[in-house]
Amino acid sequence: MTKYLRSKTENKNFDVIIIGAGIVGSMIARFLSRYKLDILLIEKEADVCMGTTAANTAIIHAGYDPLPGTLKAEMNILGNRMWNTVAGELNIPFERRGDYVVAIGKKELPHLDELFQRGVKNGVPGMMLISGDEVRKREPDINPDVSGALWAETGGITDPFAANFAACENAVMNGVTLLLETAFEAFVIDGKRIVGIKTNKGTFGTRWIVNAAGLYSDDVMHKAGIRPEFKITPRKGEYYVFDSADISVNNVLFPVPTVISKGIMVTTTVHGNTIIGPNAESIQDKEDTSVTEEGLTEVWRGAVKLVPKLNLRYAISLFAGLRAEGNARCKNQNVNYSHDYVIEIPAEIQGLVNLGGIESPGLASSPAIAQRIVGLLKDAGEKLEEKSDWNPIRPARPRFRDLSKEEQKILIHNDPEYGRIVCRCENVTEGEIVAEIHSPIPARTYDAIKRRTWLGTGRCQGAFDTPRVVGILSRELGLPPEQISKKGPGSEFLVGKTKKV
Amino acid sequence: MALKKKFDVVVVGSGPGGLGAAIAAKKAGAEDVLIIERDKELGGILLQCIHNGFGTEMFKEDLPGPKYAQRFVGEALSLGIETLLDAMVLDITPLRHIYATSKWSGFIEIDARAVVLAMGARERTRSQIRTPGTRPAGVYTAGTAQRFVNIEGFMPGKRFVILGSGDIGMIMARRLTLEGAKIERVLEIMPFLTGVTRNYVQCLRDFDIPLQLRHTVNRILGNKRVEAIESVQVDEQMKPIPGTEEIIPADTLLLSVGLIPENELSKKAGVGLDPITGGPYVNEEMETTVPGIFSAGNVVHIYDLVDWVTEAGYIAGKGAAKFALSERKHGLDSVKLKVGVNIHHIIPHMLSKESLRDIPQKLQVRVIKPIEGKVWIEVTDGKNLLARKLERYVRPGEMVTIEIPQKAYDMVKNAETLTVNIVKFG
Repeated sequence: MTKYLRSKTENKNFDVIIIGAGIVGSMIARFLSRYKLDILLIEKEADVCMGTTAANTAIIHAGYDPLPGTLKAEMNILGNRMWNTVAGELNIPFERRGDYVVAIGKKELPHLDELFQRGVKNGVPGMMLISGDEVRKREPDINPDVSGALWAETGGITDPFAANFAACENAVMNGVTLLLETAFEAFVIDGKRIVGIKTNKGTFGTRWIVNAAGLYSDDVMHKAGIRPEFKITPRKGEYYVFDSADISVNNVLFPVPTVISKGIMVTTTVHGNTIIGPNAESIQDKEDTSVTEEGLTEVWRGAVKLVPKLNLRYAISLFAGLRAEGNARCKNQNVNYSHDYVIEIPAEIQGLVNLGGIESPGLASSPAIAQRIVGLLKDAGEKLEEKSDWNPIRPARPRFRDLSKEEQKILIHNDPEYGRIVCRCENVTEGEIVAEIHSPIPARTYDAIKRRTWLGTGRCQGAFDTPRVVGILSRELGLPPEQISKKGPGSEFLVGKTKKV
Repeated sequence: MALKKKFDVVVVGSGPGGLGAAIAAKKAGAEDVLIIERDKELGGILLQCIHNGFGTEMFKEDLPGPKYAQRFVGEALSLGIETLLDAMVLDITPLRHIYATSKWSGFIEIDARAVVLAMGARERTRSQIRTPGTRPAGVYTAGTAQRFVNIEGFMPGKRFVILGSGDIGMIMARRLTLEGAKIERVLEIMPFLTGVTRNYVQCLRDFDIPLQLRHTVNRILGNKRVEAIESVQVDEQMKPIPGTEEIIPADTLLLSVGLIPENELSKKAGVGLDPITGGPYVNEEMETTVPGIFSAGNVVHIYDLVDWVTEAGYIAGKGAAKFALSERKHGLDSVKLKVGVNIHHIIPHMLSKESLRDIPQKLQVRVIKPIEGKVWIEVTDGKNLLARKLERYVRPGEMVTIEIPQKAYDMVKNAETLTVNIVKFG
């Protein structure tokens, strides 16, 4: 696949090259695919959605948290409004079930008022301050010392993997070229204009470059010679995931926020798991997604403060993600804030659409950011002509476990491969796996299948399915099992054959 | 041949417990008996256990797993027990309506007069023991590695650290060594071995594989593939002792940190589960809290000897057949078994008082702390000693049994609970 695309793309000139296939890059690719543009999306990893988008709390924030007047607040509000349409068109699981900021004890109550006022200024609809009794009624497992909550009905939850894949898949369906394992190395600059990029897979010419490099967006800016003072500081957040069969908290519960983050929350996911986290620790290494004893302990303490009945016995997974925190000052002089989003076409160099510091609520903001990029390109004189055959709909593929027994019956009748369960905890079938391997963005690694189908995410954490998935990948891709990897080259599962087979 | 819609006894799982249950059910008079197995062959995990050590109680022979399984598979098939292979049970209702699916038979619905749950256990994972570090390839549960090596014929690594001195881990240490891999270390967080001593001798000591008690994995290192394991010593509270960290270069971490009874189906069927064992509450017939639903083997609690799993299967299968044929004679008047001094849990949880009229009743007991020296295991009703047995030692890794003799019937009849204790000899 990669080879085929390379021969097609090498020495080719594109209209737009997007660096990074996280949710922001993929959403931009999808929005730009509407126009008659030759677009290349490059990603350094073996799959899309491998950075910040892959490890967060999966919340579509209502928008009461960012400071009024910031770009963050603006994008959050606009993005939140767009989610119904985007999730509908792309068939992304999305539930607008509202969220709560919970005050424990009387001391925390004034914070709710502050957040409420902020929300009003930002233009968040459907907020309400509710009493401790009301919270206890709606979430019986809440800490009995709850004194009140801010309720925001526009808060939502989604599956960030599904969102990222769907946006990217829709972009590819509409003609965007995606190159995986393709890392940006340098710009090709002609005078004051960027005319191409050098990557590990060759040089590509282009008229526009979009910097959606997430944690590495500062490096990309610096190579373009702009914003030398801009720096991304990875801020680690650690999480626990609980077995959906044993622990179920049905709401999205935030604590009152601290200065640096929205705090350690207890929330449900669209898959029914309860997750707790994140803490917030600034680190240096942009690849360090390890979980730590200290971090997990901090998360645990924060979470049981909200929901005392949580039980570590039912934790089935741990993970850590890195927020791409920037240090850009808010453009609005009246707002004293130095971690705002960067979304701009800088004057110093031509051909660059520059983004940076897109930390939380980046997922919620992503459709608005993509829309904003379309606007910026128009403002820059780009004649964006709509394609007549642009298809905004990304059809969903069947998910066995979400179907009724009657629907399962029909699915298996039509394709018997859906009758074989490969992941026993999450009931993922061979049919689903095979479909993902042959989808527009082929799943070629174990993690790629895991993130698309939710296989291996249950209580046995892949102990049962791993040998079977290695076998299916090997068969479908025509590769020996030793070449099947967890998440790309260097992460192969097997080192060779046994002595006697 | 189309599958029947109604069976006397349906057994979920064809490991030693399931096979034993199906055979016993058939022999006890159940006419239509079906085994549903998710793999392509009968035998369950035994098929990947190619080492010896099976059948020493049952056959007084030392057999490899597949051979042990084969004896029961042969018997089951010759008895005319039906099988549904490569099929997964999705759901069981409390009234024993079963939903299953298979690539070959499609979506299946079956009614069973009685059900035996024999799904076995799953392995505890890295997340469940909260192991810090990165999430690279090369972290496997011992059973997954065993499947790769013994069934698929592939090596999952070259240089291993094994966490946990459970039996599968020790057996894999030997197996991987024989395949040319290097086992750097076996780490055990407890101050004692958690598997059986025989495996320590035959799998670790005989191959010069070092075992470190009171040690655990402090950190997994490596982004794509495991590059090293940082070990650490722990104190009495099992907290890492700073300064004792050691980096062990390795490409694979194998986890042998315990088994958890696999009871998601049981939950769907409404079966009550014991939070201590993770398995169903059972009576002496291995019947769960849902009438007509029985369970056998590691799904109930974790065994260390397969022969005893087979035996549990026999009991459950017989009970299921009796239920299916409405031949039950015991009343519901039961006595509760209560854990006493140094007892982790007891199987069964309840004993029908009348059951002692038929046969003596065997209790399976796991202890909390090891005692190296003579001890009594005793069963009391608070006042009287009902049974007592001398053991040379007790260890958490080795299950002990004690039988309540039939002559205790009169005392059991008047008791509400019976307590099992471990008492020092003398």
